[in-house]
Amino acid sequence: MNKRLSIFFSMLLVLSMFLAACSGGGDNADGGEKGGDDGGKSDVPQELRVNINTEPPSLNPGLAEDSTSGTVLRNVLEGLTRINQDGKPEKAMADDIKVSEDGKTYTFTIRDANWSNGDPVIAKDFEYAWKWALDPANNSTYAYQLYYLEGAEAFNTGKGEKDAVGVKAIDEKTLEVKLVNPTPYFEELTAFYTYLPVNSKIAEANPEWATDAGENFTTNGPFHLVEWAHSDKIVLEKSETYWDAETVKLDSIEMIMINDPNTELSMFDNGELDWAGAPTGALPTDAMQALKDEGRLVTQPIAGIYNYKFNTTAEPFNNVNIRKAFAHAINRQELIDNILQGEQLPAMAIVPPSMFEENEKGYFSDNDVEKAKEYLQKGLEELGYKDASELPAVTLSYNTSEAHQKIAQAIQDMWKQNLGVEVTLDNAEWNVFLDNVNQMDYQVARMGWLGDFNDAINFLEMYRDADGGNNNTGWESKEFQDLLAKSATETDPEARQQLLKDAEAVFMEDMPVAPIYFYTNNWVQAENLKDVAVSGLGDVQYKWAHFE
Amino acid sequence: MAKYIGKRLVYMLLSLWMIVTATFFFMRIAPGNPFASEKKLPPEIEANLNAHFGLDKPWYAQYWEYLVRIANWDFGPSFKYKSQTVNDLINEGFPVSFLLGMEAIFIAVAVGVLLGIIAALKHNRWPDYTAMIVAVLGISVPSFIMASFLQYFLAIKMGIFPVARWESFMHSVLPAVALASTPMAFIARLTRSSMLEVLANDYIKTAKSKGLSRGVITVKHTIRNALLPVVTYMGPLTAGILTGSFVIERIFGIPGLGAHFVTSINNRDYTVIMGVTVFYSILLLVSILLVDIAYGIIDPRIKLAGGKKGE
Repeated sequence: MNKRLSIFFSMLLVLSMFLAACSGGGDNADGGEKGGDDGGKSDVPQELRVNINTEPPSLNPGLAEDSTSGTVLRNVLEGLTRINQDGKPEKAMADDIKVSEDGKTYTFTIRDANWSNGDPVIAKDFEYAWKWALDPANNSTYAYQLYYLEGAEAFNTGKGEKDAVGVKAIDEKTLEVKLVNPTPYFEELTAFYTYLPVNSKIAEANPEWATDAGENFTTNGPFHLVEWAHSDKIVLEKSETYWDAETVKLDSIEMIMINDPNTELSMFDNGELDWAGAPTGALPTDAMQALKDEGRLVTQPIAGIYNYKFNTTAEPFNNVNIRKAFAHAINRQELIDNILQGEQLPAMAIVPPSMFEENEKGYFSDNDVEKAKEYLQKGLEELGYKDASELPAVTLSYNTSEAHQKIAQAIQDMWKQNLGVEVTLDNAEWNVFLDNVNQMDYQVARMGWLGDFNDAINFLEMYRDADGGNNNTGWESKEFQDLLAKSATETDPEARQQLLKDAEAVFMEDMPVAPIYFYTNNWVQAENLKDVAVSGLGDVQYKWAHFE
Repeated sequence: MAKYIGKRLVYMLLSLWMIVTATFFFMRIAPGNPFASEKKLPPEIEANLNAHFGLDKPWYAQYWEYLVRIANWDFGPSFKYKSQTVNDLINEGFPVSFLLGMEAIFIAVAVGVLLGIIAALKHNRWPDYTAMIVAVLGISVPSFIMASFLQYFLAIKMGIFPVARWESFMHSVLPAVALASTPMAFIARLTRSSMLEVLANDYIKTAKSKGLSRGVITVKHTIRNALLPVVTYMGPLTAGILTGSFVIERIFGIPGLGAHFVTSINNRDYTVIMGVTVFYSILLLVSILLVDIAYGIIDPRIKLAGGKKGE
């Protein structure tokens, strides 16, 4: 009796601790919200707190190769152009842009602007930065972003001379750029981080200028880099020396590095962050539905695709009808509604709708089981099988992640229900997976692709050559190659667009890849935070942001 | 004693060399490389990078180079974090993990031992049950659930502590408690069971019959003997906690060393993998040595020089 009673009491003690914790909640949570509502007055502190997930691997524009570094760089440095709030490139460091008739020579006039230490921004700063990135001695992994310049690829791969690269400072204010081909999206590219300038005076004297905040890290963009506590936080402050400082309203931006979506959302709910989720952070998938129901979730499509690649060099996916059967037998909307829950768009094409509007519909209809069965029958006949059960064993590979796994399981089930094909799932750690895919040691493999700049070529180019580094399907088509080659020299934007569309049609007819969905960015933000610009590529800029 | 420590140091170096060798080869056998990504590099650039980092040399040359580097305590540049060397990563991350770890060890030992003693002295009475329920909860609730639980109630609902980050003492409380919960529970159970064992010994009866007070018996005769298993556990615990916990540091956004153990492997950041492994191994080996020396102090029956228990 005594023993039982004591167990009871000890349980009670533990329980009461829980209850105490729960009941204390109500008032405090309200208090927190009230704090957030104080806005609306003109004296709202203009201090933004965001999460950028991880330490940016490099803040040297020539070495940066990831979106975290890109986010910081885009806000502290300014290129010849800048993507504006409408997603179009506008003149930034360039005051004037002249394009030659053949579209291959650009002449930029640099505006009167200063670096944060007072040095003027000169044409040489661009020439220096671009050539530095291309110099093979500097081991830039993103140097190929500059291959549009004449002689750039040759120099970068050690086959050419530095002086032969098509970028030249004619004088302090004039930059002449020579391109290999007419590149209608070149003004988009000059806003990309590999094209950002570097203060050549400082960088020549201190090769390590970009490793820490301090006097060597001079900036020419809307914000200064004030503090860089590695793996902890980055603090930016409004730059008074920026040429367009009038437009910039934020006084400071604190970028913290929390790599846990649950913590990120908790901090947002607790008023410790003004933004949670994409593009700089992430939201927990379990919270999506609730956030949507509360009307707090903001969704924006971005130029990116999630797809399943087929190994077209091995049976059964060397047969186009089999590939089509598998692509048709996926119910994409169901995946999006039940698993992804981020309002993604079903993809029945390879180029995102932000580039080709009609791709919202795509080349075939989602979940077309009838068609899928027809294709399967045709494919089986061509390969000489009587029944789907005679097909060689099919394995679906993906890199280990909860989201990829859920999608793979659902599609495995769809293929079984719709086609009667048994598919085995195989997951591997990211590096192992990449290795397998690169060596064509797979049958169906998950891959994603995000555009670097706003042009369809981004999503097509990689399938040009079967042995191209990012193709991985073994597919190649003479017709496709010819269309891309024509598009490279076409100077009329509309004709060029049409050539690219034709190329996509050729690709979709052969279906070496089963598109699944187009990515979206999902986030929550403080109600009084306005005008944070998130581009169609998912790039974020705080130049125009402010609190009301 | 000096001879004993000298001998142990030689063994430590030997163990370290074996760890380094095994890590080096396992790391290289694993598929993938530090430059792998969804967007594949042009082959010329990749070749260039391999040459820059010396990955194009034969394995024995790389292996030898690496041993020399370790001997000089220079782990080289990180493949991924271009603005930092591996030494920077360790120098910046370790103090943070160390501070958090010390706080957690303090909580774990103080609360754990106390709970264990209370439980043993009030054996089979309500304080015993309460302490053991707390201990069972501590052991069975994984640290990441404990962390989210603490965040939800103490930070979001009650607003006592901040949700995450590493700024002030208040910021360190929740992660330290979350980190301490499992070892605390373990220590409580260890202390309780060894206390019970000791209490049943004849010399405790002798002490009682001599008329010694309960306090003296507990402190002088029981706890000292009962703490031996706890001290054994302290060695690996210290090394493990001081080098940081991946999960806790991630959840609370703490810029410690813990994250590098996992992310470096995902990134195939060879130099960081080796750097943190060597660093962790040294800490572990040293703390085990310290534990063995502490044995001798707590229990004079153990003669270190004799080497009977020392190994």
